[in-house]
Amino acid sequence: MTQKLVVIGAGMASGRALEHLIEAAPGAWNITLFNAEPRGNYNRIMLSPVLSGEKSYAEIVTHDDDWYARHGVTCRFGQTVERIDRDRKVVIGTTGEVPYDKLLVSTGSSPFIIPCPGHDLPGVIAYRDFDDTEAMIEASGRPGARAVVIGGGLLGLEAAAGLRLRGMEVTVLHLAGHLMERQLDAAAGYLLQKDLEKRGITVLTRASTKEIVGGDRVERVRLEDGTELPADLVVMAVGIRPAVQLAKEAGLAVGRGIHVDDQMITSDADILAVGECIEHRGAIFGLVAPLYDQAKVAAQTLVGEAAAFTPKQLSTKLKVTGVDLFSAGDFAEGEGREDIVYRDPARGIYKRLVIEDDRLIGAVMYGDTADGNWFFGLIKEGADVSEMRETLIFGPAYQGGPAQDPLAAVAALPADAEICGCNGVCKGRIVAAIEGGATTLGDVKAVTKASASCGTCTGLVEQVLAATLGDDFAMPTAQPICGCTELTHEDVRRLIKARGLKSQPAVWQELGWSKPNGCHVCRPAVNYYLLADWPLEYRDDPQSRFVNERKHANIQKDGTFSVVPRMWGGITTPQELRAIADAAEKYDVPTVKVTGGQRIDLLGVKGEDLPAIWGDLNAAGLVSGHAYSKGLRTVKTCVGTDHCRFGTQDSTGLGIKLEKRLWGSWTPHKVKLAVSGCPRNCAEATCKDVGIVCVDSGFEIGVGGAAGMDVKEVEPLVKVATEAEAIDWTVAFIQLFREHARYLDRPYKWLGKVGLPWVQDTLGDATTRAALVERFDLSQSVYQTDPWAERATPEARRAFAPLADLTMEAAE
Amino acid sequence: MSWIDLGPLDAVPERGARIVKTRAGCIALFRTGPDEVFAASNTCPHKGGPLSEGIVHGRQVTCPLHNWVFDLETGEAQGADRGRIATYPLRIVQGRILIDGNSLAVDRAA
Repeated sequence: MTQKLVVIGAGMASGRALEHLIEAAPGAWNITLFNAEPRGNYNRIMLSPVLSGEKSYAEIVTHDDDWYARHGVTCRFGQTVERIDRDRKVVIGTTGEVPYDKLLVSTGSSPFIIPCPGHDLPGVIAYRDFDDTEAMIEASGRPGARAVVIGGGLLGLEAAAGLRLRGMEVTVLHLAGHLMERQLDAAAGYLLQKDLEKRGITVLTRASTKEIVGGDRVERVRLEDGTELPADLVVMAVGIRPAVQLAKEAGLAVGRGIHVDDQMITSDADILAVGECIEHRGAIFGLVAPLYDQAKVAAQTLVGEAAAFTPKQLSTKLKVTGVDLFSAGDFAEGEGREDIVYRDPARGIYKRLVIEDDRLIGAVMYGDTADGNWFFGLIKEGADVSEMRETLIFGPAYQGGPAQDPLAAVAALPADAEICGCNGVCKGRIVAAIEGGATTLGDVKAVTKASASCGTCTGLVEQVLAATLGDDFAMPTAQPICGCTELTHEDVRRLIKARGLKSQPAVWQELGWSKPNGCHVCRPAVNYYLLADWPLEYRDDPQSRFVNERKHANIQKDGTFSVVPRMWGGITTPQELRAIADAAEKYDVPTVKVTGGQRIDLLGVKGEDLPAIWGDLNAAGLVSGHAYSKGLRTVKTCVGTDHCRFGTQDSTGLGIKLEKRLWGSWTPHKVKLAVSGCPRNCAEATCKDVGIVCVDSGFEIGVGGAAGMDVKEVEPLVKVATEAEAIDWTVAFIQLFREHARYLDRPYKWLGKVGLPWVQDTLGDATTRAALVERFDLSQSVYQTDPWAERATPEARRAFAPLADLTMEAAE
Repeated sequence: MSWIDLGPLDAVPERGARIVKTRAGCIALFRTGPDEVFAASNTCPHKGGPLSEGIVHGRQVTCPLHNWVFDLETGEAQGADRGRIATYPLRIVQGRILIDGNSLAVDRAA
């Protein structure tokens, strides 16, 4: 006897279920298929090629009218199901009721729409079905049209690539730090972003949409940070949620999705569900492979065969023509897990295998995915890979391979890459010199002048020698930054400049870091190098800073902090002192101390009180003294000509001017200055990083002093006649130090490497000096802000407080 | 198990940490990835340093006082240092961080 089956939703899962059912029991079922879209089953995965124009709608239809007719499927397309009446076992559609013996719910998913202002403006669409695709194709038809795609996951990027191919200006906004963060690690995400940018797609990560603005239709998108992007079309592709409304109203058990058991049966024995609308053992589904498995199980259950759905490992590929990307399994780092990484940055190839207990458990590949399915097979089988481990990464065809080249980063540099910035020597000239007979660093230096000046590129020149001469060159052993890389600080600084690396993922990826985000040694250094070299492009990363620089206060041994407001040149007022005294009392500060840098230290402030005490001090006009930073600390002064009978210049005034110019700047290590009004040197200027001693005829600037683990007297840099020149030389010196020194070197250590004469020559050139001053000021335009004022806001305050307080939770 | 909602995932910065006060002391939540958070004691067994203030890298954290490094999955000190911090079961459900209340109760009894 024929049974009545009603199917709600003509998606990929239900289409496959119908195929299995009709094949297993032809003629046994009288089938009615509802679909809200005015069309039958088509391959939704292929909407991207339709959008990009590589396929037509007709080509992606999986079941045509003929097929439905041949198998006796009654089609109710374009008809919405309003209700399921489980008591009477009927489905109520817009044009009447259809009775069922068994019901298959396959309502799929709905796009998640960010509920920001303007989300309902015309021109804001999701990317789920053929109508959305049509709307996007239509929007791209207008010349010069601009699209903003919100969401840098699989769907968003396919939409972006398609729209770009159709000629639109496309910007992708992505909330996370790298694209497709669910499928890719940061390194592969970075390569993907680079590829998309090469295609003319702008990618903004960590971009949070605040609102969509427009009158009759969308005009622009405004981000949380104030950025505004003009837009004729906004595509929201931030995620999907199971479409469960109908099932919920029918009283079926629903969590995130419609609850089903291993047989795909819902809480009602006569109702089955498959596809993106279901929840199975807590999991929901968005990729097609498990949907097909569910479809098969549902069909078997309907014909009375024993079958059970078991979720399997999944792999992902991005359908953007020319972008090869593959990910499968679990590729997070973990205890007992080992990585095998292969990189060929010049060719844009990255492969990473994750191994645990001699089994391959995850794979991420970019650029060359030919072996993806072979690796996926190994993951699914759980095969023991210990035997082939050595050559595993080279894929199935490889029998024993050469060791990876540790010089790959340098070897991959193009001939016109600048190696020596001081003398403008590119790699090609060095290679030419080597081919012309130079075999040592000294030879190369003599012929090309590379590494003959500041010397920070010495390591790179040696690597070019090694890469060119092979075994004929013995590399001197240089100390790498840490265990994450073979490169030294100097190498990394030069490579960041030479290759234009402007983000942490760019450094990790292009320079072959062995860990996904470095460690506590290298990450603060790389963060500093990036912000010093690219003040406008790179954004400082607080999570790459030592606690003091993240909390803007010095951590003490008991976990409390010290708070030091700035006192410009050591000058203060009764009002400021009163505010400091009030704050000390209000926040129970146990110790108030005068520092060696001529200011007042409040020691023992509780971490969660910091924003509040800063707010109070700000109110009295006091800003952070950066007593915690690798940056400008203090400018110590004597009273100079204002009061002292020996004073030769206004040393206090110069000190204040220097402090106001330099404060807020990040430097490789802390920087302390002093200005003394006469050679009696009451401000102790001769043991500072920069010390100025005023004399009758002008200003003597000394550099490279120290009074710490090493005690050093400054070396004379220059003597100048005017205050303006003294400021210029000081600023230029600091900037040269910022651009060249390795992280955590004080100026005296850096000077010990590059030599005072090189610094004097460099700064002696008026054009170079002016350029350094200009670059310093550019950086200050970004970084000269009071971190206390920025964090005295209610939101910032919350971040300093515990996330939750469970001390009041009942024990029982 | 009884799961207690601690707050939204996004309240903990990536490669950063936040603390939760409990009767047995502060627990730190370390966010090691977009969807990955670990809970462990906030106190370094070496000199009591606040681990939530340390630099988070991979699935490890470095104590800000003397650079001891702990694996957040096992709680074990890394390298030459010997010691262990307590770890607590966590779940992330629909963007919320849940901690197992029973694991805290055990701690109180201990």
